[in-house]
Amino acid sequence: MSQRIDLDHGRFRQIIRGKIKQNLRKYISQGEMIAKKGGDKVSIPLPQVDLPRFKWGDKQQGGVGQGDGDVGDALGGQPGQGPPGQGPAGDRPGEHMAELEVSLAELAEIMGEELSLPRIQPKGTEKIVSWKDKYTGIRTTGPESLRHFRRTYKQALRRQIAFGTYNPKDPVIVPIRDDRRYRSWKSEPLPQSNAVIIYMMDVSGSMGDEQKEIVRIESFWIDTWLRSQYHGIESRYIIHDAMAKEVDRDTFFRTRESGGTMISSAYKLCAKIIEDEYPPELWNIYPFHFSDGDNWSIDDTHTCVELMKSKILPAVNLFAYGQVESPYGSGQFIKDLTEHFGDDERVVTSDIKGKDAIMDSIKEFLGKGK
Amino acid sequence: MAGPRRFPDYLREMQETIEGHARGFGLDFFPIIYEVLDYKTMNEVAAYGGFPTRYPHWRFGMDYEQLAKGYEWGLQKIYEMVINTNPAYAYLLEGNSLVDQKIVMAHVCAHVDFFKHNYYFSKTNRKMIDGMANHAALVRRHMERQGQDVVEDFIDTCLSLENLIDPMSPYIQRQREAKPDDEPDDDVPRLRAKQYMDKFINPPEYLEAQRKKKEAERKKAARRFPEEPQRDVLAFLLAHAPLQPWQRDVLEVVRNEAYYFAPQAMTKIMNEGWATYWHSKIMTERALTAAEIIDYADACSGVLATAPGRLNPYKLGVELYRHIEQRWNKGQFGKEWDECDRLDVKRDWDRRLGLGQRKIFEVRRLHNDITFLDEFFTFDFCVEQKFYSVGWNDKASTYEIQSREFAKVKEQLLRSLTNRGQPFIYVEDGNFDNKAELYLRHRHDGVDLDLGQAKDTLKALAKVWTRPVNLLTKFDGKGKLIRCDGEALSEKAAEYTS
Repeated sequence: MSQRIDLDHGRFRQIIRGKIKQNLRKYISQGEMIAKKGGDKVSIPLPQVDLPRFKWGDKQQGGVGQGDGDVGDALGGQPGQGPPGQGPAGDRPGEHMAELEVSLAELAEIMGEELSLPRIQPKGTEKIVSWKDKYTGIRTTGPESLRHFRRTYKQALRRQIAFGTYNPKDPVIVPIRDDRRYRSWKSEPLPQSNAVIIYMMDVSGSMGDEQKEIVRIESFWIDTWLRSQYHGIESRYIIHDAMAKEVDRDTFFRTRESGGTMISSAYKLCAKIIEDEYPPELWNIYPFHFSDGDNWSIDDTHTCVELMKSKILPAVNLFAYGQVESPYGSGQFIKDLTEHFGDDERVVTSDIKGKDAIMDSIKEFLGKGK
Repeated sequence: MAGPRRFPDYLREMQETIEGHARGFGLDFFPIIYEVLDYKTMNEVAAYGGFPTRYPHWRFGMDYEQLAKGYEWGLQKIYEMVINTNPAYAYLLEGNSLVDQKIVMAHVCAHVDFFKHNYYFSKTNRKMIDGMANHAALVRRHMERQGQDVVEDFIDTCLSLENLIDPMSPYIQRQREAKPDDEPDDDVPRLRAKQYMDKFINPPEYLEAQRKKKEAERKKAARRFPEEPQRDVLAFLLAHAPLQPWQRDVLEVVRNEAYYFAPQAMTKIMNEGWATYWHSKIMTERALTAAEIIDYADACSGVLATAPGRLNPYKLGVELYRHIEQRWNKGQFGKEWDECDRLDVKRDWDRRLGLGQRKIFEVRRLHNDITFLDEFFTFDFCVEQKFYSVGWNDKASTYEIQSREFAKVKEQLLRSLTNRGQPFIYVEDGNFDNKAELYLRHRHDGVDLDLGQAKDTLKALAKVWTRPVNLLTKFDGKGKLIRCDGEALSEKAAEYTS
């Protein structure tokens, strides 16, 4: 038996990729994939991939069942899932396929193709920081704790058969010193993660649930893309209203405060994190800030600009600011940033008008290949 | 992926023992060749319908993915697979317990016996492994010349039409052969009359009129194409659609394989029932050791489990064979039995005929699922086995138990099996409207078509026919003519007469 199935399977995956690509905008704006995320795979609801046939409509078809129950008892089943009557129990899968699993890496690749995102040129060389031991081989010497029982046994069996001392009726195997086999290891370099994303979000009263949902979806995709570009990546999360604090991922997306907004507080914290933990010559740093653009005062905006100029921008690959449209916000901040950094390559701003604009916004953010 | 392993000795011994038992019971099968596969290879082979080689197509990859998922998630596992060839190839899953392997072997013996003796398998190609390999080679060759995408696309099209065959055609003659003396005989029957009366009894004007009428009818018949509505749409397309040679090859491959697999769909209940009947008999009466009984019972309960609203062909099949066996053992058949209306007499009816075994062997030779159920699915059996019919409740938006009435249940059961549970579609006219359009007709037996699918299928059909195609059907009680001219679809009301 050859690996023909791999070819057919490959064709099938290609078709799926095509479908995902076609519907990418929809998936992104509806955020359906994130909810189902688990591990490094997402499952994607996909219109059934199947060939059309002349067949009966579901509802009238009915079927036959067996067992207890009164006339009129409900049997479950949804329209479109097919009639319950036919089909063997358990030896074949159902005909309808609702979800498909795709790895995040593949998803990132599809997104990259669809948005024609350039690959990122990491700055500096990838520093090899740690080594990891991998048990890959077998050798004849070693500590007893690493003895490979099965290989030792096999070796002894082989020797006894060769010497003719093996008796199938009384299969006693006695290993001698030379039979012993030990696991051996190799140390492999482990490219350490050298990129960090610092997410900042305005959680003041004017950011509603819808705005946060947009941030959540957008950050998921940014995360997915950047992860596909670096070996391992760290994420940090900062929320702010008039004060900023660092939180974990869950809190980041859930918190709702009601205070005013001082963006500088977040930038201060961001600058501090970079200064303390991420020396810019070793790290690729990506701060992303999402807000509705309603800052407390012009003074604070000046503080922000100063902070960016002096501390943040010199350290980062890219500074991204996404402004989510909100009915309460003035949306002034994006204009301020454009005014000060309009021709600075390291700063990208994007005005996200709604869920449908997420794709374009992602392209604006990541399209520079930095 | 590892190739097939050497068949281990202990399994070989097991095979010999089990086959000995099976022969002892009167089963007669082709030689069986087992291969032990790991689950990956098993899934691969299963995706290919049990064959090592099929033509390249993404659908197999899709099936494979589903099977692999099902296995990984612990939802399903293929225990056994056997294909209808001589010698028969069967696959065992590596790592199954010995009891499982025993059950599978007993099960497989009965399947192969069924393949060998059931009438509906009598015309299948027993060298289908080669057949499939040849198909694969042919398709690959065309792919190399025409490009993979083009050919694969056309396979998609053909597969959409795959079920438009006439599964009974290998067994019956649908059309009378053309009479050799097809010379039109101009004679109009005349009444006997004395010569001088002839003019009055057979007036020449009348005769002339008759002659003309006949002539017109003949002309009309000659213009009809095909002469009779044709169920094997694929054959019609092969004969009359303007296909390129490679397209013809592909369509022929698809049709050939559809015919090969058709008997399995027509005898699913009988075949699985037969295999279950025999593995149960062989295991419980011969092959089981005391230590294995629990594992055996566990495996069996899985095979025979019923879920609400689902029909388990294994269960239905095996119970029906057992029911038949018992009836023929006790002589509960024939005119006397049918006419007896005293329940007490019927309950204790036992003529000690002992014909059960003979009867079920006869049944497995002659019947397919429909005739099997039509003949033996009796009132007693239906009540005893608690069958019910399932219907859709629009108000509650759910399927529900519709009826436990015997007549209803049986009708529903037979209907769901008729034509392998698929609608009847006929080619009525290959020159519709005198514009070389194809005209199909759906024979409506109470269930509407899935219109969305039907339209997509028409598109596929139009691709093959290269001229517009039409389908007459009935939807929501009204006649409907759907037309596809390759790109655009249109619908209009039409008269539907049965």
